[in-house]
Amino acid sequence: MSEFSVIGRRLPKVNSWAHLTGQARYADDLFLPRMLYGRLLRSTRPHARIRRVDVSRALAHPGVVAVVTGADMPEKMGIMPSTQDETALAVDRVRYVGEPVAAVAALDEDTAFDALSLIQVDYEDLEPIFTIEEALEREDVKIHDEAKRANVFKEVHLSFGDLEGGFAAADHVRDDWFFFEGNTHAPIESHSAVASFGADDKLTLWTATQVPHYLHRELEKVLGLPRSRIRVIATPNGGAFGGKSDPFGHEFAAALLSMRTRRPVKITLDREEVFYAHRGRHPVKMRIRTGVKKDGEITAVHYQSWLDGGAYASYGIATTYYTGALLTVTYRIPAYKFDGVRVYTNKPPCGPKRGHGTTQPRYGFECQIDKIAEDLDLDPLEYRKSILQPANSRTVNDLRITSMGLGECLDSLQRATRYSERRGQLGRGKGIGLAGSAYISGAGLPIYWNEMPHSGAEIRIDRGGGVTVMCGTSEIGQGSDNMLASVAAEALGVMPADVHVVSGDTSLAPVDLGSYSSRVTFMAGNAVKDAAMKLRALLVAAAAEKLEVPVDRVLAAYGRLYDRADPAKFVTFADAAVLAESKHGTLVAAGSYKPPRGIGGSFKGAGVGPTPAYSYQAAVAEVTVDMDTGMVTVDKVTTAHDCGRALNPANVEGQVEGSAYMGYGEIIGEEQVFRGGLHKKPSLLDYKIPTSLDTPVLEALIVESVDEEGPFGAKEAGEGPLNPVIPAIANAVYDAIGVRFDETPITAEKILNALGKRDRRGEQKTRIGPDGLDAGKGDPKRALRRLTASTDARDRRRPVS
Amino acid sequence: MTKQLLTLRVNGEPRTVAADPHHTLLEVLREELGLTGTKHGCELGECGACTVLVEGVPVLACLTLPALVGDADVTTVEGLATGESLHPLQIAFAEEGAAQCGYCTPGMLMTAKALLDATARPTRAQIASAISGNLCRCTGYTAIYEAIEKAATRS
Repeated sequence: MSEFSVIGRRLPKVNSWAHLTGQARYADDLFLPRMLYGRLLRSTRPHARIRRVDVSRALAHPGVVAVVTGADMPEKMGIMPSTQDETALAVDRVRYVGEPVAAVAALDEDTAFDALSLIQVDYEDLEPIFTIEEALEREDVKIHDEAKRANVFKEVHLSFGDLEGGFAAADHVRDDWFFFEGNTHAPIESHSAVASFGADDKLTLWTATQVPHYLHRELEKVLGLPRSRIRVIATPNGGAFGGKSDPFGHEFAAALLSMRTRRPVKITLDREEVFYAHRGRHPVKMRIRTGVKKDGEITAVHYQSWLDGGAYASYGIATTYYTGALLTVTYRIPAYKFDGVRVYTNKPPCGPKRGHGTTQPRYGFECQIDKIAEDLDLDPLEYRKSILQPANSRTVNDLRITSMGLGECLDSLQRATRYSERRGQLGRGKGIGLAGSAYISGAGLPIYWNEMPHSGAEIRIDRGGGVTVMCGTSEIGQGSDNMLASVAAEALGVMPADVHVVSGDTSLAPVDLGSYSSRVTFMAGNAVKDAAMKLRALLVAAAAEKLEVPVDRVLAAYGRLYDRADPAKFVTFADAAVLAESKHGTLVAAGSYKPPRGIGGSFKGAGVGPTPAYSYQAAVAEVTVDMDTGMVTVDKVTTAHDCGRALNPANVEGQVEGSAYMGYGEIIGEEQVFRGGLHKKPSLLDYKIPTSLDTPVLEALIVESVDEEGPFGAKEAGEGPLNPVIPAIANAVYDAIGVRFDETPITAEKILNALGKRDRRGEQKTRIGPDGLDAGKGDPKRALRRLTASTDARDRRRPVS
Repeated sequence: MTKQLLTLRVNGEPRTVAADPHHTLLEVLREELGLTGTKHGCELGECGACTVLVEGVPVLACLTLPALVGDADVTTVEGLATGESLHPLQIAFAEEGAAQCGYCTPGMLMTAKALLDATARPTRAQIASAISGNLCRCTGYTAIYEAIEKAATRS
């Protein structure tokens, strides 16, 4: 029998019932008395100076109540305090098509929309920059005047161990270039915020955000309103995946419009706006040089990345470091050099998407590992097993490794898929591929430097035995509310369904830094466990006294505190609560969590990469390539994931399968691409996210390494499992047709190109991918002319009632 | 534009509202009737989040004008349960973890109900085909298939 009564069981999520009956209240579902509807006017130019914004006609339009522009909120903001380069609405310059410029509040949404076309913005076009190469070269065009060299946002260089010695000792060196195309989150719920500024001069903002605490700080800065007068409530997010973890213009605009009108204001983005709000996966060019001995032992790795950041910083400084930080935690690397450059371009800002910054290098590296195995005539699975970074070790870049289940993941995949026997044996057009990966269970450092806990939780037990957990976490569909309820229930001996959860509310709940970097289960889980164990001690003592048994004989489960030696002797949880409250007063306890010291190095840049525990995962993909049409069908993806311990196996499997689905979409066709600054496919019809008919059979295998520091042994499950799926599919396509795809996505067109079937020349290729950085490509002036023509036409078409 | 009186039969109840005639069924359900269980994901007919049943047939509320619905029976997620009893689909979705963020869920449930009403024991391929117009960005669909199959064995 399990030692747990809640942990490890497939119980329905506590918030399922609201989801399944239509009772869950997402931000756009809120309708408040006297509420106004807001819309944002967005830039039609990729790069331009704003000479003048004239809102007078819009303000005079019947039904319009207020209009605000960038000049009303000129304070710089952004998620990372050290790189704040945005304003809520553009002030004197726009840097991408879709950048918010002004906001209107009106009696209804139609009126707000109509009023947008009455705002006149006088733009002076500037030359736009659209590619990494142009951004690196063009000293004469500065997207941000602060950039020291051309349009470089951030440049980092880190070196560990004896790189030259490592390459000199190698028997074989591989040098490969890769390109990972940008893509976006596309949650089904678009961003939405409702602000209400009352007669008490207090602001409440309900918003679909992953980071209520960070947003709270930015609202204070931009609005000039003390944080003590602001309450942020993160509504249940209808999907987020990293796309709702920046402070956004519409959140500030709703707040300011509410302050100006003293009426509630709602702004909900439409689908096209969500594609421009973006903050998704960076396009990254990569060069990876890896030296190995004859047996495959790695002697040195030199990894370089060039990130296309789009117009603003977002999390870019962290993203840049993340492209280099986690390559070392899977396989032994004795010498490692990392060079990373992130540039500005005139496109929507890139930011964190599931796997933040680690997905692109992991794709390149795992494709390269596959090539090395082939070069050395090694089985790719056995090869990976032979070079694993050991548990309880430190990497060359000074990251602390604790539990490490990648070997078990590979073993369980081999058992489930018979990968090693089937590779190379499936016949032309059919293939099987493998890749491994790792991810963090929460960033080791907060976004702004401080000594406070990363996560706090408070638990209150009422006189009827009701348990209320309060924690600042944001429920984004990953199951954080259920995790909080489950951990508290296990510790206190009740069931999750008996627990009330209050989350994401800056006034009611202690701070949790947010639902990003897969930190919630580990950090908030530990915080809530800390609080629960304090209350448990009081309840157990009260029960022991009543039962007249020693404290260490009392166990708590299923709503009872009972004598281990004689389970028929018990007090109910509610009775124990009354006894404990009689003795100790009101039953409230707080708990907190902060990662331990010493989990990373002390060099500049060491802040990105450390985590209290790494999750590990590996995936096997099985594909069929249609040799006539070039269509790749992914038949099955099997993912094994080391989550430490599965607090709720059904939810872990859901995260693993959902990650596999999202990774599949990224490699098989999703791309956030632009023509002259205009998004080529800003709709769910054109930006094809996989439907049920596209999605492969997905299987999740849980590996439990039981991490000593995780809550009941748990680590993350929400992001890492995406990473191996992408290279596993690329490696499977190679197994099927003998073509290396060193760039994403793998489209039918690229397959036909490789097979020599795209044109009459019939030239076959064994590799699709970049050979280096391009010389500054394209003609931005021509692109701009084309864009101006199309947006002018659009302006003319817009109806005004 | 002048609002017009409109009577709809929603979840078995006659409801009369004043609405702009160009407003969609989705807008009327959410904004005039307070039935916010039906979600808007794109308002372009691409995602399926706004699926409701009209006379038992799944339709996209964001592309439907209420005037065209007339007095036909409209069923939303709020009308899926019967009194205190949840629909077998709702229970199975909870048990299988088929709702993660929950945003596609109401539309998914309505499509699944129409499928089960027409086909008592659908195959996996029939389920995949039926829900192919309902995009889910969280689950990878596996848990949704399992939940619909489970509900089929119970209804």
